[in-house]
Amino acid sequence: MDGYLGSYATLGILLLVAGAFFAVAYTANRLLRTNAPSAAKSTTYECGLDPAGGDWAQAQIRYYVYAFLYALFAVESVFLFPWATVFDALGMITVAEMGVFVAVLALGLLYAWRKGVLSWTTA
Amino acid sequence: MNDIQLPPIDYAALLPMLIVFGLACVGILAEAFVPRKHRFAVQATLTLAALIAGLVTVIINRDLEVTTIGGAVTIDGAGLFLQGIILVLGIVAFGLIAERRLERGGAFVANAAHAADSDGDKKQLNEAGATEIFPLTLFAIAGMMLFCVSGDLLTMFVALEVFSLPLYLMCGLARRRRLLSQESALKYFLLGAFASAFFLYGVALIYGYAGSVQLVAIKQSVLDSDKSGVLLAAGLALLAIGLLFKAAAVPFHVWTPDVYQGAPTPITALMAACVKAAAFGGLLRVFNVAFETTSWDWRPVITAVAMATMIVGSILAVTQTDIKRLLAYSSIANAGYLLVGVVSLGGAVGSSMFYLVAYGFSVLAAFGMVTLVRDADGEATHLSRWAGLGKGSPLFSAMFTIIMLGFAGIPLTSGFSSKFALFSSAWDANQSALVIVGVLSSVVLAFPYLKVVVLLWLNPPGDETPTVSVPGYLTRAVVGVGVLATIVLGVAPSWLLDMVNSAGTFLAK
Amino acid sequence: MDSITYADATGALSSMWLLVAIPAVSAAVLLLLGKRADKWGHWLGVAAVLAAFGLAVTYFFQLKGLDNRSAALNLFEFIHIGGLEVNVGLLFDPLTAVFVLLITGVGFLIHVYAVGYMSHDPGRRRFFAYFNLFVAAMLLLVLGDNYVMLYAGWEGVGLASYLLISFWYERPAAATAGKKAFLINRVGDVGFALAIFLMFATFGTTDYAKVFNGVLESEAGQTVSAGVLLALGLLLLLGACGKSGQFPLQTWLPDAMEGPTPVSALIHAATMVTAGVYMIARSATIFNANETAQTVVVSIGALTLLIGCIIGCAKDGIKRVLAYSTVSQIGYMFLAVGLGGGAYALGIIHLLAHGFFKAGLFLGAGSVMHGMKDQEDIRRYGGLWKHMKITWATFGLGWLAIIGMFPFSGFFTKDPIILSAFNREGWTGWLYGGAALLGAGLTAFYMTRLFVLTFHGKPRWEMEKHGDHHADGDEAHHAGIKQTADGRDIQHPHESPLIMTIPLIVLALGSVFAGYLMSTSVVDWLTPVLGDAPEEHGRLSHGTVTVLTLGVVVIGAAIAFLLFRNGTELVERPARTHIVRAARNNLYADRFNELVFELPGRLLTRALVWVDNRGVDGIVNGLAAAFGGGSGRLRRLQTGYVRTYALSILSGAVLVVAALLAVRLG
Repeated sequence: MDGYLGSYATLGILLLVAGAFFAVAYTANRLLRTNAPSAAKSTTYECGLDPAGGDWAQAQIRYYVYAFLYALFAVESVFLFPWATVFDALGMITVAEMGVFVAVLALGLLYAWRKGVLSWTTA
Repeated sequence: MNDIQLPPIDYAALLPMLIVFGLACVGILAEAFVPRKHRFAVQATLTLAALIAGLVTVIINRDLEVTTIGGAVTIDGAGLFLQGIILVLGIVAFGLIAERRLERGGAFVANAAHAADSDGDKKQLNEAGATEIFPLTLFAIAGMMLFCVSGDLLTMFVALEVFSLPLYLMCGLARRRRLLSQESALKYFLLGAFASAFFLYGVALIYGYAGSVQLVAIKQSVLDSDKSGVLLAAGLALLAIGLLFKAAAVPFHVWTPDVYQGAPTPITALMAACVKAAAFGGLLRVFNVAFETTSWDWRPVITAVAMATMIVGSILAVTQTDIKRLLAYSSIANAGYLLVGVVSLGGAVGSSMFYLVAYGFSVLAAFGMVTLVRDADGEATHLSRWAGLGKGSPLFSAMFTIIMLGFAGIPLTSGFSSKFALFSSAWDANQSALVIVGVLSSVVLAFPYLKVVVLLWLNPPGDETPTVSVPGYLTRAVVGVGVLATIVLGVAPSWLLDMVNSAGTFLAK
Repeated sequence: MDSITYADATGALSSMWLLVAIPAVSAAVLLLLGKRADKWGHWLGVAAVLAAFGLAVTYFFQLKGLDNRSAALNLFEFIHIGGLEVNVGLLFDPLTAVFVLLITGVGFLIHVYAVGYMSHDPGRRRFFAYFNLFVAAMLLLVLGDNYVMLYAGWEGVGLASYLLISFWYERPAAATAGKKAFLINRVGDVGFALAIFLMFATFGTTDYAKVFNGVLESEAGQTVSAGVLLALGLLLLLGACGKSGQFPLQTWLPDAMEGPTPVSALIHAATMVTAGVYMIARSATIFNANETAQTVVVSIGALTLLIGCIIGCAKDGIKRVLAYSTVSQIGYMFLAVGLGGGAYALGIIHLLAHGFFKAGLFLGAGSVMHGMKDQEDIRRYGGLWKHMKITWATFGLGWLAIIGMFPFSGFFTKDPIILSAFNREGWTGWLYGGAALLGAGLTAFYMTRLFVLTFHGKPRWEMEKHGDHHADGDEAHHAGIKQTADGRDIQHPHESPLIMTIPLIVLALGSVFAGYLMSTSVVDWLTPVLGDAPEEHGRLSHGTVTVLTLGVVVIGAAIAFLLFRNGTELVERPARTHIVRAARNNLYADRFNELVFELPGRLLTRALVWVDNRGVDGIVNGLAAAFGGGSGRLRRLQTGYVRTYALSILSGAVLVVAALLAVRLG
């Protein structure tokens, strides 16, 4: 258990043991259990209620849009903070460049606003 | 902290991409503020103007050789030529995208997110389509342009995503067969994301090996890096997988038939022509610049992939019964031929680019004509429906015949001259085994094309033979240009071959 | 041989591109004008070929006056890439000249004939368009000055032939035959295409002059290995076998007879199928440089000529017999060009003579079928000479010519080939000479059988009873026999109109005189291209071979006459011997091809389809049907699961990574 790959060997053995444990446990279970399938057992469990409707459902798209916009501006601020600490040393050109960056994102926001994405109720 | 140096930026060299990106942003503004009834005209004009301006600036820049933004972008002869190809093919594809006479409201729906067959979805069947398609096209094309001139792998990845994301969305916008279209978009997105992850992981491993993501630095590191070669080999493999996915090489081709079939036909055309050019532009650059010195390592593997791609693509094309799926498998086989060019490295770059031009024009015309064969439910793509079209629409059938003969590689069409040029360069590069497989598979591949020709002319028209729509002037122009290019590049290809050869190769310093 | 140079074209010859352009333009006009050209389209087609013929004659006399006997015309650069430069250039030299004259001359006669033959066909304009397209491609094939041009013409004639064989697409047999011709030809084309790439890799060019000079230099200096030259020869030969219907790719040619008869006459007898002979003669330098390749050519020629004869004896369809005789006669030509040296010229003159008499025979057969309501079975002919005298006379002359009877043309062209075969050095001379002699006897037998059964004896079409048709339905189908449309046989056979008989007469004159005229002059004419005439000394003298051949021919013809002068049974007798059974089944060539080429291909396709879909389509559709899901659900599942796709990408990725690592570390 030494050398460059020694610690990996330990990990490998652990993985093997884990896999073997899993296999033994499940095989034992399969051998020991009784097997009595019924239709009622295969239905979806819904807190004691009879399941209704199909298994396909549509999520409200607006949650997604909000999450998306949030991620966008979170990323923007990730860029803005380090820039803010050095821009005075690099001159006006970096201010302009960051302006372009923010403007591109603002453009997206503008588009979203015009399309009515930002208000919850309008279609 | 204060020793950060700003990399110099050569704005003139970037101008073509800046124009297309910039006008795409303007397109979004137009989408937000131009009244609905003028939107289509404004967007279409804007898009065409952007593409033409981009092309003009590429032509002005034609002799430029420069590495800029700290090595992120390498403008060189081959890169500029590839940008030119993408822009020219993009202009032609624009004709199909902007066509609104074949179907009321165009080939696209306004809202891709409605569940298929829901009430909202049914309502929008008769509404005008989304004009967002135009800025999306511009973003995709600009991404492809950047992809071809990326000087480092990260820029390449960003470009890959920039052109992929709009495509995923556009795939879901088909007006008819909504479910198929949505399915194709989702499949393309999921598998594309999967492949992108491979690409990114490959970049990480290569960075571990070379200490840099710049293509030129990777080439240098092969000579003097002290890291394990495993990093390089595994990184190269994963990177290649990401690229081969976009190029639709076997075994990473599985998405192609479904996506080609489900996507709106103009978008399929855009993918088959422009994305193919971009993907192979990227592949050619990566292998010629960064990994040329390690070609002993990857050549056997990519050779095997190329052979598998040619064989699988051509044989499965034989069994297809849907024209769009047939063209999809043919595009897979053509990816195999192009991979022959990649494996052959330096000498074959010119003929590969020629092949991309020749194939791009033909495939645009082919899909353009697919949009014309319609019945009450939209396009009739099942081959049985095409039987006997030659009787009622001889001109259409004659043109489609020319395109099919071109694909089949019959002499005096671009399919012959391009295959001939490509295989000759490959043979010159001692890739004779690949050439033999290529010739054999192109023989097999000729069969499905000729089958379509026979179907058009020699089969009796069925009761359900659909009509060929009278094309609007845009589609007419696309088909005309494509057919003309197929013939001209077949009869007198030498001027373009001279051009690709004098365009030079990739800048590797 | 000295190095090969071609002089630049001057004077009238600088317009030789017109030869290709005129029929091509005519074809385009006929196709594009559509129905508007229905009334006069066929005359345009005829005029185009006539114009080409006139030009060909002019060029021929021009060429005769030139010292170098060659005229090269460089039109424009086609492909220039790396070290490879291919030009669109034409070359008119003695070899090309005779082919151009044959193509346009015989082509013109057949065009005229087709005006009459196709007069009732609604697709006549389309037919002439394809016909002109074929002539243009064939002329390109023989006029090109490099192998890429030759290949362009080669593919062009293949395409035209495909379209013309499937012309009567309502007949399933015609569609199948077209497909078969296309596929088998593609097998040959692979060889040709690879030969071109090999040529480029070895000599850096595909121009005739440069390639041949390269071969000559390499012979002197051993710069190119013998293996490369052999590979080049064999690949070219594979292409030639495909196009010319030689063993083992001969099976498509007889099936190609499903096309209209003028097509059989022009394409599948007189011109296109001789393209392989042209290619080998053109590449004489390459084959001369390699003895093994020559031996293979000779063997294929000898084998094919026997195969053609044997199957020809067992067939009952008039066009089928003629088709197998074509296979066999082209075998003679291959034999000749494979013998090398001066025998090349013998192959070419046999080709020219064959062009005349075979075209005449096919057109004669067409004339018989025209008068017999498309009945093809010679067992149901007989005694027709009274009813169609011109056809009888011209067909008879063609028959005498093909069996090589003195003094008809076949005699002057076939005899020297047999002689040359005998005079080949070593024991193989006896083998090839014997095969050629045996072939001559068999040819005499089956052609006499054909002639006697068709034109003499009692008319068997009168004895026909209605009920007989069903007994041999299946067999009849195999032999390519068509029942008449109303199920009854013809009561009144009649001679064909003048427009069909005049070409017959002209071609018959050709079958009589062409052989003698060409046997001396053409050999000298071709010397600049193919080398000197054969030496007269050898193990057998000219006189001996002539007597032997004539004797064998007379015996063959006499046996056939005695056996068949009283006609034959209407229904095929069951085959008593294996050889008859084999011959009726085309010597199992189809089954052989199926086993060797088709079956692996089909299995591979099936395997790939299964792997590609992982059986998903089948299983999923089955499941969906079993669950009785709605149409929406079925559609959603139909194209396969994305997770299956992802899995296949992942396994591909694992493979690629593993392979690269293996390469790296291994």
